[in-house]
Amino acid sequence: MYSKMLSLRFPKKIVNEPVAVNLVKKFDLSFNILKATIYPRKEGFMVLELSGHRKNFQKGVRYLKGLGIKVESIGQDIKRDEETCFQCGACTAVCPTGALYIKRPDMEVIFDRDSCSACELCVSACPARAMKVRFDRSLLY
Amino acid sequence: MPQRRVSKTIKDINRRIKEGKAVVVTADEMTNIVKKKGPRKAAQEVDVVTTGTFAPMCSSGAFINFGHTKPATKAARVWLNGVPAYAGLAAVDGYIGATEPAEDDPLNRVHPGQFKYGGGHVIHDLVAGERVTLRATAYGTDCYPNKEFKKKVALDDLPYAVLLNPRNAYQNYNCAINLSKETIYTYMGVIKPNLGNANYSTSGQLSPLFNDPYYLTIGLGTRIFLGGAIGYVIGPGTQHNPNVKRRKNGIPLGPAGTLMVMGELKKMVPRWVAGVSMLGYGCSLAVGVGVPIPILNEEMASFTGVSDEEIHTQVVDYGNDYPKGEGTKLGQVSYAELKSGTIRFNGQDVPAVPLSSYIRALEIARILKGWIEKGDFLLSEPQELLPTASSYHKR
Repeated sequence: MYSKMLSLRFPKKIVNEPVAVNLVKKFDLSFNILKATIYPRKEGFMVLELSGHRKNFQKGVRYLKGLGIKVESIGQDIKRDEETCFQCGACTAVCPTGALYIKRPDMEVIFDRDSCSACELCVSACPARAMKVRFDRSLLY
Repeated sequence: MPQRRVSKTIKDINRRIKEGKAVVVTADEMTNIVKKKGPRKAAQEVDVVTTGTFAPMCSSGAFINFGHTKPATKAARVWLNGVPAYAGLAAVDGYIGATEPAEDDPLNRVHPGQFKYGGGHVIHDLVAGERVTLRATAYGTDCYPNKEFKKKVALDDLPYAVLLNPRNAYQNYNCAINLSKETIYTYMGVIKPNLGNANYSTSGQLSPLFNDPYYLTIGLGTRIFLGGAIGYVIGPGTQHNPNVKRRKNGIPLGPAGTLMVMGELKKMVPRWVAGVSMLGYGCSLAVGVGVPIPILNEEMASFTGVSDEEIHTQVVDYGNDYPKGEGTKLGQVSYAELKSGTIRFNGQDVPAVPLSSYIRALEIARILKGWIEKGDFLLSEPQELLPTASSYHKR
C-alpha cells in the first residue's frame, strides 16, 4: 500500500474532466479529497491523498500529468520556522488533522509533519506567522 | 518550640542576594513547596519567587526620539516602515503603538484580514537590529523649516528609545467561546462556531499578578524582567480594576489588575518582544514580563503557593454576547482544566486553546531566577503600591 498527499493544479480546459473517478476505475486507486477550489480565472486546485499499489500509483500520476495537470507532492509543504514560533498554541484551534498539538504537561507545541495535510489554515492563524508554505519542487515520479 | 513568625524586608533579602545566600524559586516550584511544607516553613526557606508571562499584549509601544535633522524639522507626521507613529509631541519625538497597522494595510476589507505588518513588528525589527525606514513630514516653522525627510535608521542610531506599555500582564482574562454559527476572528484568536474551541490567555500559576493578587509588593519602581532586559513597573496599567469579584484565596474571577511598565528598548532581546498578527483582528506585540515576588512573610508565601486548580476564570461567548458589549458570564473554569486541553461546557467537551506561551513564561521565570541567584538583579522597594481591592482590608 502506497499513499501520498498530492496537490493538483488544473488548467482551465480540463476543470470538467472526472479525473478522480478515472483514478479509481482505471488504476484501482482510492482517494480522499482534502481541498478543492476553482479560482476566478477558472483554473482548479485540489489537494488529495492518493493510495494504492505503488505501480498503479505511478500510472495514475502519469495519467494526470498526461492530461496537463500539474502534480506535486506536498508531503513537505508546510514548515515551521522554529525561531519565530513562540509556542503559544493558537494554531491548535484550526489544525484539522491534529498535526499541531500540545504535549502536556510541559505545554510544548509540537508540529508533526507526517500528519499535516497541508490545508494551510495554520499559516494565517499563527500570531507569530511561523508557519510557512514551501513548495517542494522535486516531483517524485 | 513554636516557630517564630516570619518577617523580612526587601533590604534583608537584597543582603542575602549580595551574599549569594538568597533562596530563589520559580512560581511553579513554590506551589509544590507550599503544598508540602505549608506557608510558614516556605516563608522561612524562600526569599524570592519569580514569575513570568509571554503573550500578545496590545497596549504596548515605544517612545523614540530620532534626533535633529539638517536643516531642522518639526515632525508633524511620522512613519516607521510605513507604520504611522504618533507625532503630536516635541519636534523629533514619537510613539509607535503596537497595534498600528501599516498605512497601506487592506485591514478587514477582505475578511479576515491578515495584518501582516504593524507597530509591534516595527518594535521587534528595531530590537533585532534591523534598519527601518523613518519618514516624517512637517509644515515648517521659522525655527524648523524642513518639511520632509526620509532615512534608514537602526535602533543604535536613535538617541533615545524606551518601551513603555500602558497595560501589560493582565491579572486574569476571559475564556472565549463561540456559540454562533460562524467562525469568528478575535483578539482571542480564531474561535470555531458551535463551541468549536475555548481560547484563553494566561500563564496561570506562573503569572505575575496571580502570585501577588492584592499587589502587596508591586508598585511604582518595582524592578522586573521586561523584553529580556531590566524594566520597571511605573504604576497601575490602564483598566486596572482591583475591585472585581474574588475567590477566598484573593484570586479575581475576571480581568482585574494590570501593570504599566517601561524599560530601555536598546537593551532588549528580540526573542522577548515579538510582532504579532491576529487574523481578522489586527497587529500586536508579544511581550515577555517577569516580576520577582519577595517572600516578606507567611502571607506572601501563601499567595505565591497558588496552583492552577485554584485559579478560575469566566467563560464568555464572543460569538453573540461580547460584540454587543455584554460580557455575560456563562460559567467558570479552572486554569488546570484549561491546561488539560479540554473543558466541559454545557455537557460538551470543548478543546482548550492557549494564546499565552506557558513554555516561554517558564523560561522567563527561570531567567529571572538565574539573574537574582547570580546577584545581577536586586529587588527594589516600590515607592507606591498599586491600588488594592477594598475587600483586602476586610479579610
